[in-house]
Amino acid sequence: MTKLIIDISKYILLILIAIYTFQSYSVFKKKDEDAKEFLFLRQNALMFAIHFVAFVVFYLRMEEPTLFYFYGAQAIYLAAVLVLFRNLYPKASKLLINNMCMLITVGFIMLTRISYDQSIRQFKILAVATVVALLVPIIIRKFRFLSKWTYVYAVLGLGLLGVVAVLGNETYGAKMQLDIGAFSFQPSEFVKIIFVFCVAGMLAKSTSFLQVVKATAIAALHVLILVASTDLGSALIFFLTYLLMLYVATRDWRYLAAGLLAGALAAVVAYFLFSHVRVRVQIWQDPFASYAGDGYQVAQSLFSIAAGGWFGTGLYQGSPTAIPIVEQDFMFSAIAEELGGLFAMCVILICMSCFIMIVNIAMKMEKTFYKLTALGLGCTYAVQVFLTVGGAMKMIPMTGVTFPLISYGGSSIMSTVLMFAIVQGFYISRREKRPPMPYYGGYPPYPDQGYYPPYGAPPYGNPPYPNDGYDPYSRQNMPPHYQEPVEDYIDGEYSDYEENPRRRNETGRAAR
Amino acid sequence: MKKTQDDEMKRDGLPVDEDPSMENRYSDEYDRDEDLDMEEEVLSEYAGDVPEEELPSRKPKKKKSFFSRLFTDKSKNSQQEPPLSHKEKNRYYVRVSYFIVAMFLSLCVYLVYFNVAERDAINSNSNNSKQDSNEDLVVRGSIYSTDGELLAGTNVAEDGTETRVYPFSNVFAHVVGYSTNGRSGAESVYNTELLTSHASLFEQIQNESLDMKVRGDSLVLTLDSRIQQACYNALGAYKGAIVVIEPSTGRILAMVSKPDFDPNSIDSDWEALNDATGDSPLYNRATQGLYPPGSTFKILTTLAYLRQHNNQYEDFYFNCQGVVTQEDVSITCYNGAVHGGQNLEQAFDNSCNGAFATIGLELDNKAFTETCEDFLFNQSIPINMSSANSLFPLPEDASYGEEMTTAIGQGNTVATPLQMAMVAATVANGGVMMTPYYVDRIETYDNETVEEYSPSVYKTVMTAEEAEILGNFMESVVTNGTASALSGQLYTAAGKTGSAEYDSDGTGESLNTHSWFVGYSNVDNPDIAVAVIAEDGGSGSSTAVPIAKQIFDTYYQYYSYD
Repeated sequence: MTKLIIDISKYILLILIAIYTFQSYSVFKKKDEDAKEFLFLRQNALMFAIHFVAFVVFYLRMEEPTLFYFYGAQAIYLAAVLVLFRNLYPKASKLLINNMCMLITVGFIMLTRISYDQSIRQFKILAVATVVALLVPIIIRKFRFLSKWTYVYAVLGLGLLGVVAVLGNETYGAKMQLDIGAFSFQPSEFVKIIFVFCVAGMLAKSTSFLQVVKATAIAALHVLILVASTDLGSALIFFLTYLLMLYVATRDWRYLAAGLLAGALAAVVAYFLFSHVRVRVQIWQDPFASYAGDGYQVAQSLFSIAAGGWFGTGLYQGSPTAIPIVEQDFMFSAIAEELGGLFAMCVILICMSCFIMIVNIAMKMEKTFYKLTALGLGCTYAVQVFLTVGGAMKMIPMTGVTFPLISYGGSSIMSTVLMFAIVQGFYISRREKRPPMPYYGGYPPYPDQGYYPPYGAPPYGNPPYPNDGYDPYSRQNMPPHYQEPVEDYIDGEYSDYEENPRRRNETGRAAR
Repeated sequence: MKKTQDDEMKRDGLPVDEDPSMENRYSDEYDRDEDLDMEEEVLSEYAGDVPEEELPSRKPKKKKSFFSRLFTDKSKNSQQEPPLSHKEKNRYYVRVSYFIVAMFLSLCVYLVYFNVAERDAINSNSNNSKQDSNEDLVVRGSIYSTDGELLAGTNVAEDGTETRVYPFSNVFAHVVGYSTNGRSGAESVYNTELLTSHASLFEQIQNESLDMKVRGDSLVLTLDSRIQQACYNALGAYKGAIVVIEPSTGRILAMVSKPDFDPNSIDSDWEALNDATGDSPLYNRATQGLYPPGSTFKILTTLAYLRQHNNQYEDFYFNCQGVVTQEDVSITCYNGAVHGGQNLEQAFDNSCNGAFATIGLELDNKAFTETCEDFLFNQSIPINMSSANSLFPLPEDASYGEEMTTAIGQGNTVATPLQMAMVAATVANGGVMMTPYYVDRIETYDNETVEEYSPSVYKTVMTAEEAEILGNFMESVVTNGTASALSGQLYTAAGKTGSAEYDSDGTGESLNTHSWFVGYSNVDNPDIAVAVIAEDGGSGSSTAVPIAKQIFDTYYQYYSYD
């Protein structure tokens, strides 16, 4: 009977996540605030439904009484994140919150399936990370000098990576972890964020050739240290992120072309220089040739994805644990095996929706530093998803990076949650600066600054004035041809008014 | 909105703000930085108020060197380059996001590709033990021969333990394969199907609620157990292989490879079977064994000759003196025979090496290679069974020695028995090559058909006329050539023998001979095509032809001749 329920559950889960995925794109089309709000609430309902269905299956299979409490704790956590973010920061992007929570839910489900103990540990770390994340927007609002600390970031990032390269303990052939007391953490996950801040700071200041050389030198140092400590995945993330940020900052495709060329050359050199690079490429070409040795992990991953097919085997009916370190590097294969290829595709699309929203935020920011930082963080996220998913499918060589928000690993989940919070912080601070509606009654607030009143408004000098009881916001008092401004952003933006006091005279020159 | 306002104001003769830089003042595209730059610019004009002498003395401007220009911050010179609007800046963000979105979509596309194109191969990979988890839910299905004999089945004891049994033991060892200690043969390729149940949903739910396993689907092979048994017996103690194909459909009726193994006791025999110094009995010689085809290859040499001469072969004349020498390479006829004056048909009947070596010298190597590649040399045979590619490496600038040895099926040319059986079958089928297959249908355990495989044409590789000429040649090999043991039977037959010399001890001194026969029975309406190879069996007519005769005899015991 249990099998039957599991078989049905996999279709239910697929339908639920497919609807969710559709909604996370259809929201981009919606203009009406209320309609959007309603859609976000429906998304939350879907998320809780997916969580519930999965835990019903877990209970049937595990019959572990503590599972009930664990479910409760997770549900409360998800609800708390949603409620707290909504109430503390009403200006936050709800789509991004929803997507983050959805991916965390998928991570909860798959990790609980793979290892109950690890799942509990992960949950604790996530709770701490979320508390920190809730404070991030405040920090961003208060600390306006983030863009000035360029070299502090560089020293901090390089220092951390250097320490790992020297003192780090080796796991699975890569030096990535640092032990501090009982905890071991992976600094490269956090350096990713610092690195983006550093590069954004440098390139926002200037894009002269000299500055580009400086920034490139710092970026190259980061990448080299990572290659030396055999953390190829992170090295690739840093490299691609830097290139894309450089391209956007300089608006010069030649930098991009030169970077890609240099990257390709470096890859060839690395192939002949480092045996671990060669091994990765050989596995990629034919994992079955070295099935008993290095190729085993990727071969098992392929077996997993193939066993899943389109609809999956159903939870607990596959064997994702046959893949070594599945909980860190091959969560995608585990999802594809038990929940199905279509479900896994939905997860990819949700990640893409996150990225699109992050770029959207980057485009709305005004200062180049914030724009670049948001874009850079989005790129690290996207490249990491690409590397882990592509590697699991053998589309590209395996690089051993985690699936953000889904894989097991304290540092990974903490840094990703922080990253999302930082982007949210930017967005919130940007939107909070904007008054809901500027004075739009047709009266110039600074009449001497050469602003022509809209046609049809009473000429300057006649009452009523703004504070004499006349309500300029009333539709009654709008000029007859006045139309509401078209909101062309998803979250509805208004032209900013306090940010840009109209300090111009008739000639278009700035006023003194 | 601004636009319409302006228009209306213009219409009414009111002054309109024409400064284009003011266009976006109040919109989202308004860039404050730009504004502040302007301010600096204005302020700098005031620097002119400072008395001249207080300013640091300015040297006359020199033309800047290349390097200093390189390091000047261009972005500060906002007078020269007008700052970009918000929209223009964002254009680059949009480009980057297109790139990344393409990356994400490529993941989705690859996932679809993986599921469509690669999934089956990976599911049936011999290392893949994923399907084994289905064994907890499904009893592995049975495998039957086309005449209804059980070839592999699972016995379930009362305590639930399952044992896989193979009633025919060694006879079907390579085609059916084994399913413990890894998998091979049909057990490997059709693993997923055997562990899937298409029994009715009601029954599955019923079994489910009773905690009983469902029975997996069964395979019905195209192999006929009676012919397979006959082939197995006929090959006797020889190492080698036999393939029997139905020319008009491509159905494989028998496939034997020796030495063989007993899949029932594979577990206990495993060490011995994998002994590196042994004869590798796990290896299916019928599809993976690469043998020099010897004189059987002369079928293709003849075809290449016919093509080069537009089927005008009557002019061919060769006077066989027993040996042909070109430069330092000599080709002798088998057993030192001297055939005398030969036309093409006689040379084919007598398998005259001298005649064919001369043809080889004359043939255009490129056209010869194309002819062989039409017959799937250097390519994989379209069959879902692990098979090796037959090789025909004849470069255009090949030496005389290579050309001569290649034309008589020696040299570097190697072929699998399945390959040669397909050559014979194609001749029998009038030049149309059928896709070979060995699984007839998949059934549920209670004989409801799930999927049926039907014959399909692979390609027409030669014209009917070419096929007819070759068929006549092969027929006369039986009537008055090397395969005359097959003549005078109740059925007619056609074929070609082969005695392929190979280097048995690697020194090149002692040359032993593989015995080959390829051919088909019932020349007017061909019934079956066979390829027989007996390793170290001597000449084709002494060993392989009698084996083929036994196969034909057995076939016509069970199937009518018309």
